[in-house]
Amino acid sequence: MNQLILAVLIGGSFGFILHKVGATNPTKIIGFLRLTDLHLAKVILFAIGFSSLLLFILMYFNVIPTSHISVKSSYMGVIVGGAIFGIGFGLGGYCPGTTLAALGAGRKDSIFMILGGLIGAWVYVMAYGWLTETMPWLYDAIAGGKVSLAQTGNESYPALINEISGLLVAGVIALLFMGGATILPNKLRKI
Amino acid sequence: MNKSWGWLKSGIILGMSFLIAVALVKPIGVSTQYVIADCYIFCQLKPELAQVDTSPDGKTSYSSSNAYLDKSNGKYVKSSLNLANYGFVFVLSMFAGGFLASKLGGPKVDKEESWVPYVWQENIGSSGMKRMIGAFVSGFFILFGARLAGGCTSGHMMSGMMQTSLSGYLFAAGVFVIAVPLAIIIFKR
Repeated sequence: MNQLILAVLIGGSFGFILHKVGATNPTKIIGFLRLTDLHLAKVILFAIGFSSLLLFILMYFNVIPTSHISVKSSYMGVIVGGAIFGIGFGLGGYCPGTTLAALGAGRKDSIFMILGGLIGAWVYVMAYGWLTETMPWLYDAIAGGKVSLAQTGNESYPALINEISGLLVAGVIALLFMGGATILPNKLRKI
Repeated sequence: MNKSWGWLKSGIILGMSFLIAVALVKPIGVSTQYVIADCYIFCQLKPELAQVDTSPDGKTSYSSSNAYLDKSNGKYVKSSLNLANYGFVFVLSMFAGGFLASKLGGPKVDKEESWVPYVWQENIGSSGMKRMIGAFVSGFFILFGARLAGGCTSGHMMSGMMQTSLSGYLFAAGVFVIAVPLAIIIFKR
């Protein structure tokens, strides 16, 4: 029960925030991808760096249990799937999550994005067995699979950089993200 | 009209939402829930897709005739049979969050673009039918790709790179290598 209250509070806040930062607006997403309006690029870069820095600091001081993290597997399908995702992203200007908040905010074309998404996900579910047999290379692990760059302290997820403390590695990456967000201009291309 | 937050405020608050989620429960992810919704719908039509067995010692186990749904001891089947679970309630709550944000200070979505976003109107036209087809096709590619990749913008890109997961950087590279040139080609204005 407690979990469901958290789901409502965190999910509700997430939808609220996605709308307030402009991520529910396809015009802002397409502007980001066309490099003519980098507002969302700056937001996302800063958000990743900022949350990462705090996460590794709080894990270092045992405030956040390392058992809460979940590092996803790396395999060829992550890159290929990302590219297929990119086709839809560049065409429609929505993500699986932003389209939900966008519908709540009154963007009715989201209904069709969500329907297309339900069908696309189901076609993948149906094709999965065939894909694993005909294109097994898609599922070949990269660099060991569930790996992170920085040591997280969770033994399920080996780190690629072990000579330096995880906090330092993650901290440097986080500062690069936040610095990048700060120096990135508002646009790289005109019109 | 523009009641959106500036980039720094946006970045801090968006980052905090990902941090709070992992601190209290687990990293944010969305695209899995499309499979849960699908299984809820389609598994009713084909019951062999969602099998529930109770062993003599009272333990319930879930399985499926489909190789994907059968993964991880049928966790997708289990969630779809019990939609009142964290992940599904989370995504349903996102609708309400978007609704509240548009009502509480905005930005409101203009009536003129409630079906066809301005960027689409300027480049492709104001035909609602074209946008519906475009949004549907876009959704198809997005979720097919996200399921092949094992996550989407929130799970791979945001939560993933927050944890310095290699998969997060690989996913982001795959997405932007295609999405940036494609958006530049399709949308000239």
